[in-house]
Amino acid sequence: MSAGRRQERQAGDGGEPSMTEQAYNFAYLDEQTKRMIRRALLKALAIPGYQVPFASREMPMPYGWGTGGVQVSAAVLTPEDRMKVIDQGADDTTNAVSIRKFFERTAGVATTERTPEATVIQTRHRIPEAPLTENQILVYQVPIPEPLRFLEPRETETRKMHALEEYGLMHVKLYEDIARHGHIATAYAYPVKVEGRYVMDPSPIPKFDNPKIAGCPAIQLYGAGREQRIYAVPPWTAAESLDFEDHPFEASKADHPCALCGAEDSYLDEVIIDDTGGRMFVCSDTDYCRARREAGHTGAMGAPYETEAQA
Amino acid sequence: MTPLLQVNGITKRYGARVGCADVSFDLWPGEVMGIVGESGSGKSTLLNCLAGHLDPDAGEVLFDTRAEGPKDTVTMAEPERRMLSRTDWAFVHQNPRDGLRMGVSAGGNVGERLMAVGARNYGEIRGNALDWLGRVEIAGDRVDDRPSAFSGGMQQRLQIARNLVTGPRLVFMDEPTGGLDVSVQARLLDLLRGLVRELGLSAIIVTHDLAVVRLLADRLMVMKSGHVVEQGLTDQVLDDPQHGYTQLLVSSVLQV
Ligand SMILES: [Zn+2]
Repeated sequence: MSAGRRQERQAGDGGEPSMTEQAYNFAYLDEQTKRMIRRALLKALAIPGYQVPFASREMPMPYGWGTGGVQVSAAVLTPEDRMKVIDQGADDTTNAVSIRKFFERTAGVATTERTPEATVIQTRHRIPEAPLTENQILVYQVPIPEPLRFLEPRETETRKMHALEEYGLMHVKLYEDIARHGHIATAYAYPVKVEGRYVMDPSPIPKFDNPKIAGCPAIQLYGAGREQRIYAVPPWTAAESLDFEDHPFEASKADHPCALCGAEDSYLDEVIIDDTGGRMFVCSDTDYCRARREAGHTGAMGAPYETEAQA
Repeated sequence: MTPLLQVNGITKRYGARVGCADVSFDLWPGEVMGIVGESGSGKSTLLNCLAGHLDPDAGEVLFDTRAEGPKDTVTMAEPERRMLSRTDWAFVHQNPRDGLRMGVSAGGNVGERLMAVGARNYGEIRGNALDWLGRVEIAGDRVDDRPSAFSGGMQQRLQIARNLVTGPRLVFMDEPTGGLDVSVQARLLDLLRGLVRELGLSAIIVTHDLAVVRLLADRLMVMKSGHVVEQGLTDQVLDDPQHGYTQLLVSSVLQV
């Protein structure tokens, strides 16, 4: 997390700065703001799962676009980084493309869609399928950082509950799930207890991804812009999904192989393919799917990769 | 034997006004203490000081903890006091909305204290909840309904079940029958009396209703303007009141 090295053009040493990319500091945020965010990140890493307040800045995009994640990425990026941005597993959604372009323009960093080649990955709603490494940072966009809010809206109270490890309420939520649906129906933002201490909302990733948080070699950082909270899971940290003895946690996914690449171990999106109700299940992680097809794997409805590329 | 609770010189002021002044008493295991008085007599202030909801300005509240014997809950660290309030203590509010989670099913409400102390088996938690709903005369098929669908009397019974499920050693009750219709009050009183006898509950009940203490309390404290004006065995105080104010209360001149 070294400081950006591109120099900010100082206002006042040559009139007003022009509204080109040079008017911005490296990665848009000024160095003081980045230092403030880095201090919050260090504290968050020192207390895994603990929500650290930070002074969230206005970003030139709507909150729903993950301004918390963007600020965290801006604070950790260096000019040597190679960035990947995914939204629900895909690199090509409007949200992902906009954020990637934002950092290409304001930080001039290289970007990639290939998970193994990225050093900083900003994500909304997924953890990549490809195993992450110690050389990577995964930045999550978080809408609601407080896992206890569902049953306890008062922040003074939830803060106390975290401090005193009063987490019975989390199980009340799961109890309600089972009472109503016969099983734990929570499928996203499934709460985890980090390193046996703080209960954390992993952001709205599918619970299929929860096991990837635990023991991950990469640094995992969570940024909530509107709510002004940062939290983190350092490398090789335990993260246990809450459950009951007689209703154990299950990292479930649709029970199909990917129709394009045949993968049986990846999280799938259901896609409607025609107007007669035809549908198929495909990897939600588009880069993972592409890499598998490149390597020669083919699913029931997938043409071999080369052919597809020529079409 | 050690008293379950030793209250020594509890005083709470609101600026110049006295909430309660220099209140002392012992509560023995299995004993029910009634505190009566008009509204503004300081009885609710006292109860909240005893239960750790208010910081008294002076005095101590020694609770006979399981692990370390009598400890002053006024100076006890907050985590320990909060732990007490969800294990060995229970608090029944006058308004069930203050003591229930209205957005959580009846079963979840009863199960919360169990989960708070580490219960992690859904089947057992639910079994316990159903058992307690039965004990407070709520049909088992209401277990998944939210309290907002319950009548006031049912809500109050649910609040009682939610509080008693962990077998608390001391129950605080603040006007538990207040705000209920007379017929509903009678049923709740019968139920409470049954539970008190069956479980051997130790309790402190604050009320303005002498019928409540007549039925439930072994001993009685009468409060006026923040001070205890008379205390003794319930029957003795009610049948042969010594203090003029108690005499007025009993003769129902002051019945609110
Ligand atoms: Zn695939």
